Amino acid sequence: MVTPPTVPPSAGSDVSAATHRAAAAPTSRSSQARVRALVAEVPDPEVPVLTIDDLGVLRDVAVDETGRVRVTLTPTYSGCPAMDAIADDVRARLAAAGHRDVEVGFVLSPAWTTEWMSGDGRRKLLDYGIAPPSGRAPVGSGGAPAGPVPVPLSVRCPQCGSPDTRELSRFGSTACKALWQCQACREPFDRFKEH
Amino acid sequence: MSPQPADVATYALRLGDDALVASHRTGEWIASAPQLEEDVALGNIALDLLGQARALLTYAGSLRTSWGEPARTEDDLAYHRDERDWLNVQLVEIGDDGDFGRCMARLLVLSAWQRELWERLQGSADATLAAVAAKAVKEVDYHRDHATQWVLRLGDGTGESHERMQRALDAVWPYVDELFERDALVDRLVDAGVAADPAGLREPVLAYVGAVIAEATLRVPETTVRHSGGRRGVHTEQLGYLLAEMQHLARSHPDARW
Repeated sequence: MVTPPTVPPSAGSDVSAATHRAAAAPTSRSSQARVRALVAEVPDPEVPVLTIDDLGVLRDVAVDETGRVRVTLTPTYSGCPAMDAIADDVRARLAAAGHRDVEVGFVLSPAWTTEWMSGDGRRKLLDYGIAPPSGRAPVGSGGAPAGPVPVPLSVRCPQCGSPDTRELSRFGSTACKALWQCQACREPFDRFKEH
Repeated sequence: MSPQPADVATYALRLGDDALVASHRTGEWIASAPQLEEDVALGNIALDLLGQARALLTYAGSLRTSWGEPARTEDDLAYHRDERDWLNVQLVEIGDDGDFGRCMARLLVLSAWQRELWERLQGSADATLAAVAAKAVKEVDYHRDHATQWVLRLGDGTGESHERMQRALDAVWPYVDELFERDALVDRLVDAGVAADPAGLREPVLAYVGAVIAEATLRVPETTVRHSGGRRGVHTEQLGYLLAEMQHLARSHPDARW
């Protein structure tokens, strides 16, 4: 994707504020979408296969008429230590694209839930070897047919697809995961917890 | 009736101090728990509590500007207050003496209480407290489940584990009553729809904990001793040692950053 050159701030002092705003409005809308797409690609530092958009922690991106970018994030868990790293990554990515005036804020409400994870995110998790949270949308596993599929009660092994799995520990390597093991292939695996 | 910001700040500080001190005590088990998985579990629980504490302390510190005082950051409040300025209940500060049963007895009571508290505070008239509560309720629900599993396993386990789990409950029980105390500040906030009535939490908390204790073949301790005073800054000897460890680095190297 080619980033259009940044328009230098108006040098002419004779441009009236009204004219300036009218000219800037359409640019601002398209730049809003562009900035949002840029921020949406920031990977989660703990599960780098997911973007913060897949995960549902990116709540809002707003660009005002001065070009100031305001990004709003929501934490998965109250104590998620990745939030500071994500905020830094967002700033770095925007800075690299020429956006220096950036504010990253956090909101707690409405509280994050795994239901906000995109279908794409669930598939990426599975491919990465992490059993995704069972949301409403059933996740195709190992080429499962599309269409109505009964929601399985067991957690399928992300390695071999076996439903014969058990929970080893309700807490895992990060706040959002639990530790499971497959009884069929004997491999341990992480499972993204329902939350 | 709209609440006084100073009341809300004190209330947020009390709940934040509960979470922060509990987080520190729980974190002491990391690398000392009976299993590796338990190190991870307690680390996660401590982290949830730390996150809740950060939100609450940040809020308490920010409210000070509404009565003309400079704001205090979460770090100011965590690292630069002395013992008498801490407003946590004593339950969270008592040490475990290396006894895992004690850790679980404390976590069972604390999480059962926090579960009921945060559930109610989701509907608080204070938007920030309601937002913190909506996140925290899901987290402490998980903590309560974890403590429940261990109390059942140890209580209904071997003769040795049963006896030690009972002793742990006996040790923690004199600190339970303080969770349900009211005072004038809380009364005002309950009237304003901001706080949850602590007395109203007694029945559901004790019902939950009592059911776990019964299923674990243990008995609810009988005690006439009721420790109290944490909400007024009166603490056990143990809090001072905890703070000395927690605050040492920040006080020795002021403004140190990662």
